[in-house]
Order: sequence, then C-alpha cells, then structure tokens
Amino acid sequence: MSSITASDQASAKATPKAATKAKVIQPAWVRALHWTNAFAMVLMIMSGWKIYNASPLFDFTFSDSITLGGWLGGALLWHFAAMWLLMVNGLIYLALGLATGRFRKKLLPITPEGVLADTKAALTGKLSHEDLTKYNYVQKLLYAGIIVVGILIVLSGLAIWKPVQLQYLTAMFGGYEAARYVHFFCMAAIVAFMVVHVVLALLVPKSLRAMIIGR
Amino acid sequence: MGRLRNLLIPGVDKTLLLRDAVKTMPDLTRRRFISGGASLGALTLLTGCDVTDQFSAEEMLKQVSKFNDGVQAWMFNPDAMAPTFPESAITKPFPFNAYYSLDEAPEIEAKDWKLEVRGLVENKKSWTLEELYKLPQVKQVTRHICVEGWSAIGSWSGTPLRDFLQIVGADTRAKYVWFQCADKDGYNSPLDMRSALHAQTQMTFKFGDEILPRAYGFPMKIRVPTKLGFKNPKYVLSMEVTNDYKGGFWEDQGYNSFSGS
Repeated sequence: MSSITASDQASAKATPKAATKAKVIQPAWVRALHWTNAFAMVLMIMSGWKIYNASPLFDFTFSDSITLGGWLGGALLWHFAAMWLLMVNGLIYLALGLATGRFRKKLLPITPEGVLADTKAALTGKLSHEDLTKYNYVQKLLYAGIIVVGILIVLSGLAIWKPVQLQYLTAMFGGYEAARYVHFFCMAAIVAFMVVHVVLALLVPKSLRAMIIGR
Repeated sequence: MGRLRNLLIPGVDKTLLLRDAVKTMPDLTRRRFISGGASLGALTLLTGCDVTDQFSAEEMLKQVSKFNDGVQAWMFNPDAMAPTFPESAITKPFPFNAYYSLDEAPEIEAKDWKLEVRGLVENKKSWTLEELYKLPQVKQVTRHICVEGWSAIGSWSGTPLRDFLQIVGADTRAKYVWFQCADKDGYNSPLDMRSALHAQTQMTFKFGDEILPRAYGFPMKIRVPTKLGFKNPKYVLSMEVTNDYKGGFWEDQGYNSFSGS
C-alpha cells in the first residue's frame, strides 16, 4: 500500500496496533455481510427467474437450468425463505455502514467531474488500483447506486407480496402491475452490476483477496 | 482448478485463506438463522413441529413457510380493505385459470346443488341456491392476484361470508373455514378465520352483474381479495368451521398456506 488515507493516519496515531490495522482493506463485518449477501442474492435471483417464468412480463423466459426450485411452488418457497436472509443481512449492512461512517468515508462525495474523469480514465485503461482502500468515482457511483437498487428491489418485492396490507407502498410504485416491472428491472440492474463486478474483481485479483481475507 | 485458484489469488497463504474463507462463509449464519426462524415459526403456529428433524433443504423451506404464515397473520389488518376500482378498470375478458382446461370445469346443475355446512356451527342445514340468492348481496370491483404473478380486475357480487357465518351460528373463535369443491381431483382450501371474517370476503354468486358463469365457479365461489387467487375456491360444495388444519389442494403441494395479499 503506497498511500494511506487521512482517516487511517488518524487512527494510526490513536492506537498502537495501527500498523496492522492500516492494512485492513475490508473489515471482517464487511466481508461476512458481503458473502452472505452474495449467497442470498444468487438464491433470490435464481428462484425469482422461476417465478417470472410462471407469468413472464416479456417475450422470453429463463432456462430451467439456471433457475431454482423445480416448479413455481418450490421457487416461491426459496424466494420467501432467502428474502429473510437478504433483508436481515441488508439491514445490518445499512445500519453498520451508516453507524461506522463507512458509507460517508468510502462513497462520498460523488461529483459529476470526478465520475467523468474516472470514467474516461477507466475506458482508456489509466485507472489506478494502487490503493484499494480508496474507491474511484466510478466505483463510488456504482456502489452507492447498487445500494439504492438493493433498497428498491426489497421495497418493490414487499409491494408485490403485500399489495393490500402494504397498499401505500404498492401505490408508491404505481400499483401492483407497475411494481412487478420495477422489481424486474432492479433484478436486471443487479445482474448487470454483478457481471461487471465479478469481471473486474477477477481482473484485479487483489481486490478479491481483500474481500476474502481482508488484506 | 488448482491453476485457476492460483490465477485468482496469487501469493496467498492457503491455510490463512481457508481459515478466513470459512469465517466469511454464509453457511453458519444461515443455519443459525434457519433454526431460529423454524422454532419461531413453530411457536407462532403451535404446530408442534419437530425442529430436531434431520436437516434438509425441503424441511427447512417448509418450516420457513410456516414461519411466513405466522408473519402474514401478524401483518394482517382486518380493517385494511383491498383497493377497489371503477367498473371501467375491469379486465376483459377476465382470464379462466385452473389446473385443468375449461372443458373439464365442473358442470353443476343449480337444482341438484346444495351448499353443505358442517363443523362448529349451530345450524347444519344445507342451503339451496334459491335460498342463498335471497341473502343480501354486496358488489366489489377488486384485483385478483394469481400466485403466478399476473393479476386481473373483476366485479364480484355476493353475500359477505361473515354475515353467512353469523346466520348459521358459526363459532367464529374456530381457526378455519375449510372449503371443499367440485373441481376434478377434489379441490379444497382452508381459510383462516380472521380472513373469513374480513368485510370483503364474499360468497360470490355473480360476476359482472351476471349469474356466475361456469368458468368462474358456478354456482358459488369464495372471493377473498386479501388472498392470492388459489385461496379463492370455485364450485364450492361445502364449508366446514373447524379448529383443525385440513390442508388444501395447492397448500399440500407447497404453496404458502396463508398466501395473503
């Protein structure tokens, strides 16, 4: 690690263990929640595809080989079981992200100039991954954006599940049928994010290592 | 595989990696969550399920579904009405949907049909269609939501089930009203008492102001706009007020039993 962030320097003065602490890129709670989320999301997406197939919104269905549950009833059981894991894990993540200041420190500020400059750098292959503790503006935008999508997919899912008991939420999405489309497009955004995210993690393997062992 | 692993995570101590990876695996968290959920579900429903059952995905999913029954019963607000729509919003044609084709739908002769009333009720007399038609009716235009995801808006008229339960002197402290139907293979479905007593839950005799057609459940269906479509039985032959969970055609195959909207 060639550079240390300001906050890391501050903690370096405060604690004697700083030398080892400064090396941690992804703290243990982030790693645990990240992989739990990944697991829950794969279950949700694969069972969700099977549910989609029962009444497709568009002119295509998902191949059975990439769905979960075997039939609609099985897929629903998986979906409504994994939702608890996804939701509880997600809530802990949001609470800790806000409470520890991680969201503020890692994801903010996001400026249009910064995003533009880093997008250009990324496309021309000049984006540095030297310091993994600091996200570039494209990362900031995508990571903040996917948190918003994550919140939206849970809310639209609740709106579809409980259009009577949570009818005000359903109305916020423009009604039951509209909420189905929102739920679908959030899934599409998450899948697109996952593809890019996994490809980039493989291209910069030390980032994957950091998400597994922390350093 | 080994080469791939080296490629992905170069220069990593394998033992350290393994130790840390195990720590971050979701499995433990999942199991703790599952057993918590399962026992909570059992408590909520007092089903006396055995959480020491050998772990299997299927058993786990069943337990979570029971837990979800409890959560939905807790979420159910008897005063929350299903949204209603203007007549112009009615879906035309309203879809026919069943596990059989329309040709195989029950053909019931009105004069041969009687609604049987059983279980925890004071008056167990059977009702002819003529007698039922004399009861006051209410119309609703609500959204029917199928477990498959699609929805359609329809117009249903009939007698609020809670009025009928009162007339027959049903013990409304009982847990369920269980319906048996004329569909081939014997359709049946349990309805929890609180949903049965909901103001919009209806013994339906008309669709779109016309006598309920065969496609939609002649002579009587139970319209429950706070439940998914499969909890709205058609071609009803009998209702039984009971404390026993008697299962249902789809419920037994794995659809969530409460399936509230």
